[in-house]
Amino acid sequence: MNVFRNIATDFRRNKAIYFLCIPIVAWYIIFCYMPMGGIAMGFQNFSPAKGIFSSPWVGMKHFRDFFGSTYAWRSIRNTLIISLMDLLFNFPMPIIFALLLNEIVSHKFKRTVQTISYLPYFISMVVMCGIIVDFTKSGGVISNLVSQLTGQPAQNLLGNASYFRPIYIISNIWQGVGYGSIIYIAALSSVDQELYEAATIDGANRWKQTLHITLPGISATIIIMLILKMGTMLAVGSEKILLLYNPATYETADVISTLVYRKGFVDYNYGFSTAVGLFNSAVNTTLLLITNGLSRKYSETSLF
Amino acid sequence: MMVQKKSPSKITFDIFNHVLLILIAGICIVPIIHVVFASISDPALVDTYSGIILWPLGTPSLNGYNYVFKYQKIWMGYRNTIFYVVVQCVITSVLSIIAGYILSRKRFRYRNVLMGFIAFTMLFNGGMVPTFMVVRNLGMYDTRWAMLIPSAMNVFYIIIMRTAIQGIPDSLEESARMDGAGEFIIMFRIILPLCKATFAVIILFVAVYKWNEWFPALLYLDGESRYPLQMFLREILIKQVDFTNQADAMERLQLYKVLVKYCVIVVSTLPILCVYPFVQKYFVTGVMIGSVKG
Repeated sequence: MNVFRNIATDFRRNKAIYFLCIPIVAWYIIFCYMPMGGIAMGFQNFSPAKGIFSSPWVGMKHFRDFFGSTYAWRSIRNTLIISLMDLLFNFPMPIIFALLLNEIVSHKFKRTVQTISYLPYFISMVVMCGIIVDFTKSGGVISNLVSQLTGQPAQNLLGNASYFRPIYIISNIWQGVGYGSIIYIAALSSVDQELYEAATIDGANRWKQTLHITLPGISATIIIMLILKMGTMLAVGSEKILLLYNPATYETADVISTLVYRKGFVDYNYGFSTAVGLFNSAVNTTLLLITNGLSRKYSETSLF
Repeated sequence: MMVQKKSPSKITFDIFNHVLLILIAGICIVPIIHVVFASISDPALVDTYSGIILWPLGTPSLNGYNYVFKYQKIWMGYRNTIFYVVVQCVITSVLSIIAGYILSRKRFRYRNVLMGFIAFTMLFNGGMVPTFMVVRNLGMYDTRWAMLIPSAMNVFYIIIMRTAIQGIPDSLEESARMDGAGEFIIMFRIILPLCKATFAVIILFVAVYKWNEWFPALLYLDGESRYPLQMFLREILIKQVDFTNQADAMERLQLYKVLVKYCVIVVSTLPILCVYPFVQKYFVTGVMIGSVKG
């Protein structure tokens, strides 16, 4: 029993450290690992009165119910479309913004633009959605603009399923572009200036320098951010969707995590909700591991 | 940099780039300006105005704010939110420094095992309902604890704290130990003052996060008396619950309903926007510290 002897020796040497571990380890066991055990609920007809140990087991019933239901495909499709759109439009924006800022010589102008662009990030999600509701209501600023562009009478855009995704994505960009660019601006400032000088002597113009020096210089940062993004892809901001959607827009807005919320906390169908949630986080974890693996193989940059 | 002559294409690009960035900055700030000026405008004009409001319409007045300040729930929400922010900052920062400290002790043999144990929770979690059941079974449902304890720790804060502490030379700790200092004294009197910046960044992140948070309240709280401000904002802004039930002429009430939405946005966001210019550079530092070591 070498392990135990090692632990005992280490414990004697570092009693205080072991003592300090207690709250940390206890918290992680209670609030992270115990819920993982609670996943068993996904295979039960769980009722809070009976608890997890005496609720009847139903095997894969909830999963069969989920995949057999009409909203399974709808929520999976919406999750994929919204997260792919988010990745496609929202991921490159901060990079482009950082590259544009990088070309600015005037320090003062750069700072001002940067400071203003972070501002929306600090607006709370509820207020943000409140502003969206106000701007897109019939007669709101954006609603009027859309009606002028399309020639249709002004309408409540959030009540129209075909506008939900653009509203969601564009408002995400509005709120996140400045803040998201911080990390790239930092990465850009650490690119070796001598490379630019050498490239200038060799006759490379600014565009070529961007392509062959700047972008390779920040590619490690881009890849790390991409991996992080992929890992949370299917966890698309359910909080924001919960604030913005309504039964009229479920068709394009209902994602897996909002379904988990509705089934669990509106219908009190705990077992079913847990099962759908498990499906969601299993897919998420797989995506993260795959991206990380691919990235380690092809670019030697990885999270772990 | 070398002095070089600007080519015409470079000049065109520079002009285009400046215009584009001014445009982006404008788009970032215009909705905020709209809300602020709408809140002090004449409600009748706001209701019929169809464009972006870049100056107060009609005679500027603070009447909308009068309604908001008379609304007790806003104050209740404010008090609760301030309580949650302060207590959460204390709990989270203390736990983060403890975790960062033990995870950076080289003589603690199992530090990497512990780090793995903590980091695994980033990969996989139990989900909404199982977490809710744990909170419920602990008797925390509908108590203030439910807003504070389940969010007490975050892997991200622990990692940036550990990185900061690892940067402190071992000799400092050793000499303190020679002088007879215990773990607590070393941690709070020697380590903490040396990583003040990281500590401040964590407090800042927690404070802003907590100020804006609403979802745990929806899950874990039942009684309005413990709701944070954001939950009341949700009622007013999203669910459009009408709270202007003061004895007042109907017409005026209808009008002020238009304004109060803008006023609550300003009232709830102002504190963050006021401290924003002073703290934004710490935020930049924070994002960077976090990115150096993932």
